[in-house]
Amino acid sequence: MPSCDALVLGAGVNGLACAQRLQQAGRKVLVLEAAAQPGGGAGEAEFFPGFRAPALAHATMGLDPRLAKVAPVAMHPPLVTLANGLRVVGVVAEGPDAARWADLHARLTRFAQVLAPFRRMPAPHPGGGNALIPLLKRGLALKALGRDELRELMRLILINVHDVAEDELTDPRLQGLLAFDATLGAWLGPRSPNSLILYLDRLARGPAPLMPVGGMGALAQALAKGLEVRCNARVARVLIESERAVGVVLTSGEEIRAPLIASALNPRHTLHDLVGARALDAGLHRRAGHIRMRGAAAKLHLALSALPETDTKARHVIAPSSDAVERAFNPVKYGQVPEAPVMEVVFPSAHDPGPPVLSAIVQYAPHAPSDPDAARAQMLSNSLKVLEDHFPGLRSLTLHAELLMPQDIHARYGLPDWHHGELAVEQMLFNRPLHGLHRHATPVDGLWLAGAGGHPGGGIEGAAGWNAAEAILEARP
Amino acid sequence: MTPLRHYETPLRQTPFHARTAPLNRLNRWGPWAGWQAALCFGDVDMEYTAIRNAATVYDLCAMTKYRVTGRDAADYLNRLTVRNAGKLAVGGVQYTAWCDDAGKLLDDGTLFRHGPEDYLICCQERHLPWLLDSAIGFDVQVREVTEEIAALSLQGPCSASVLAAAGFDIWNLKPFRMAEFPFQGGKITISRTGFTGDLGYELWVDPALALPLWDHLFTAGAPWGIRPIGTEALDLARIEAGFLITNLDFIPAHQALREDRVRSPLEMGLGWLIDWEKGQFTGRRALAAERVRGSDWAFVGLDIPGNVSAAGSILYHNQKTEAGMVTSAAWSPALKASLALAQVPARHAEGRNLWVEIYALRELQYVKLMLPVRVVERPFFNPARKRATPAGRV
Repeated sequence: MPSCDALVLGAGVNGLACAQRLQQAGRKVLVLEAAAQPGGGAGEAEFFPGFRAPALAHATMGLDPRLAKVAPVAMHPPLVTLANGLRVVGVVAEGPDAARWADLHARLTRFAQVLAPFRRMPAPHPGGGNALIPLLKRGLALKALGRDELRELMRLILINVHDVAEDELTDPRLQGLLAFDATLGAWLGPRSPNSLILYLDRLARGPAPLMPVGGMGALAQALAKGLEVRCNARVARVLIESERAVGVVLTSGEEIRAPLIASALNPRHTLHDLVGARALDAGLHRRAGHIRMRGAAAKLHLALSALPETDTKARHVIAPSSDAVERAFNPVKYGQVPEAPVMEVVFPSAHDPGPPVLSAIVQYAPHAPSDPDAARAQMLSNSLKVLEDHFPGLRSLTLHAELLMPQDIHARYGLPDWHHGELAVEQMLFNRPLHGLHRHATPVDGLWLAGAGGHPGGGIEGAAGWNAAEAILEARP
Repeated sequence: MTPLRHYETPLRQTPFHARTAPLNRLNRWGPWAGWQAALCFGDVDMEYTAIRNAATVYDLCAMTKYRVTGRDAADYLNRLTVRNAGKLAVGGVQYTAWCDDAGKLLDDGTLFRHGPEDYLICCQERHLPWLLDSAIGFDVQVREVTEEIAALSLQGPCSASVLAAAGFDIWNLKPFRMAEFPFQGGKITISRTGFTGDLGYELWVDPALALPLWDHLFTAGAPWGIRPIGTEALDLARIEAGFLITNLDFIPAHQALREDRVRSPLEMGLGWLIDWEKGQFTGRRALAAERVRGSDWAFVGLDIPGNVSAAGSILYHNQKTEAGMVTSAAWSPALKASLALAQVPARHAEGRNLWVEIYALRELQYVKLMLPVRVVERPFFNPARKRATPAGRV
C-alpha cells in the first residue's frame, strides 16, 4: 500500500516548492533527495575542513511570492552591487551615467514587471487550451504600457544586450555590469542575439540579489520546513505498470509506491534514465536528448584566513566592460579557457557568522574541454589572477581554493552544466522544457516534471515547482 | 578526387538492369526511390493477364531495406512498429506499419525474421534517421541494406511450378513464411509474399547472383510463359488485392506539409495490425486516445458502376457535400468491375448516399459522371490459390 499520495524527486528549491504546494492542498507528500541534506544546488557544502560555502547559487533574485507565503525565508537587506568599483543600488548608480542608468533601468524594470506575472501561470500556448482570464489580464497589462512603450518592448525583447549597453550607456563599467548580469548562467555572450531577454527575466524575479539570513543552507531548511524529506535516497528509476507511473525504485533497491510522482530532477535525466526509452515514444525520447543544456558558469570557493579590505557585504561584479564579457565568452566556443574570466563575488561570511569564505560565479568555463583537469587548473589560475588584481593581497589570505567546472557541477548535482535546460528564448514558455511537455505533464500517466526545466525556469525562485503543483492539482483536484 | 558526374545518371540502375533493359521494348521507365524502374515492358494488358494466369517477374530492388540485429531486436521492433514483432516466428514474415508519436503513419512494410535477433524491414520510403532515433536505449544495430540485396517478385498461379522447375522445392511453403536454398555457390531466400493478391513469391539474393538468378528463372519458367512486368500492371493487380501504397493512398507523416493530411493506422484500415496488449510502442498513447475519441477518416474499398476509372475523383455525400477522395482506382479485368480505394470522413465509412464525380476526358471534352458508389470489403480479388498449401501445381 502506498504510504503517501505523492512523491517529489529532488529537494532543490523547485522540488520543495512543489511539495509545499501539494502538502498545502492536503496531499501527503514524501520528498526524496539523493544528497545528505536538502537544497540541491541551493544548499550549502563544506569544501575545506571547517569552511562552508553555498553549494552553487549564493543569492536569489527573490523567491516566488506564493512559495514565500507558505515557507517564509528571512533575507538580508538587498545586496549593493560594486560594479568594477562603481556602486549600484537598483536604479541608482554612481558616475557619469547615473541619469542614463536610471532611465534605462526604470524602463527595463517596467517591462519586466509586465512580464513577471507570466511566470506564475501556465505558459500560454498558441495551440490553445489556455485559461483565458489570466491571459486576458496579462494582455491588458501589456496594452496598458501604451503604444510607444509596447513598440519599445518589441524592439528590445530579442535584441542583444551589447547593443543596448552601447546605445544607452557610456560608462564601460556599467555596460560591463549590464552585459554580465544579462548573460550570467547562459551560454551566450553580450553580442549573442536574445541576450537582453535574460536580463528582463532576471529583473522579473526581483530588483536586487538577496542573501538568506543564515546562508543558503538556511534557505533550504526553511523551504523544507514541515515537509517529510528523505535524504540519501537516490532514485534509480520510475516504476511503470500498465503505462502508469506507480512509484520509484531507489538505487538501494527499495521500492516506494505512490499514485503521483513529481520529478524536480533534470527533465532529460527523468525521461531518459528514470523512465527510459521503452516507455516513451521515439520522437519525444529523441527530443528530450536535444534539450539544450550548455552552460559556462563555474563555481569558485576560497577558504580565507581573513576577509580582504573591501566592502565585503556587497556583491562585486568584475566585468570591466561589455567587450570584456564578450572576450571571456569567445574562447569557450572552442573549448578553451578565457584569459580574464568575468565574475560575481560575494563573501557569505560577512553576512552570517562563520569562517571567512569567498564565493564566486566565474564565467565562462568551457563546458566540454578536451582535457578537463588542465582546463580546471587554467581556469582557477586565471580566476585567481583576476581576483588578485581586484582585491590586492587576496592570494596571501587564501588557504584553499575549490573550482567546480560545468562538468564537475554535473557530476556532483546532476545538473548538466548547472542546467535543467538552458534559459534561452527558444526554450522559454511553451517550449520549456519541450514543446508538448510544457504543462509539466509527461506522457506517462502519473509522472510530472516539477524542476527548473519547466516554465519559467530556475534561479532559486521556486516558480517552476509551484506551477507544476498547480498543474497537478488542476488535473487531479 | 571523385569526378562529380552523378547528375548525368540521376537514376540508379538495379542489378537486373542488364536483363530488363533489352526486354523493355517501349523503353518505358519511371523513377522509383532513386532507381530506374520499368513501368511497362511492352503491353500492360498482357503483363496483367500473366499475373493472373501465368508467372511474372517484377524487379523489387528499389524497395528500401533495413537490417535490424542485436539482443534487443525484438523489443526494438515492438517499440517501433504497431504489430507484435516478438510473436513473429523465425522464418516468418509479417505485414506491419509504424507511426510517429502522434500515431500517424510513417510507412507500412514487411518484416522478415531471419533469426532470433535478426530482422529485415522492407518498405517504400526511407527512414534511417527515425529508425536510428528509435534505437536509442536499445541494444540493436540498424543498417540500410537496400543495395546489398537484389530482390525479384515472382507472382502468378504458375509461380510455384516455375520455382519447382528451377529446382526450389517450395510446395509446402505457407503464406508469410520463407525458406533458404543453395544457389550457384551462394544462397537464395524465398518468401511466400507479394503485392498482387495472387499466389506468388519474393526472391532475395546477393546482387552478384542477380543475373544468374534471372537467367535461371527465365529458362525454367519458359514453358509457363514467364514474363517481366512493369509497375503499371502491378498497380492494377495490387488495387484488385486492395493493398495500399505509401505516398499514393496516404501521405507519410514525415513528408506531409499540411498538418491535416496525416493519417493513423486506424484511419487507413490497418487497425487490425495493432497489438494493444504488447505494451508501449511509438504512437500507442495517441492511437489509444483516437480509439476512444473516434477516428476522423476511414479507408474504404469502392465498387463503382460503369467502366471508367475513378482515379483522383472527389466523392460526394448526397451529390452535394464533398466527402473524401479516391486515392487509387482501376477497371478490374479479373472482376469486370470499376474498383477504387478511397479516404472518406469516418461518418461516411458505410457509404450511404455516397457518390463519385468522375471527369472522363473523351477527345478533348470532359464527360462528367456522377455515380453512386458502394462500399465493399477488401480485398476485392481474393482467390483461394493465394493461400492454398501445398501451392497449386500447373
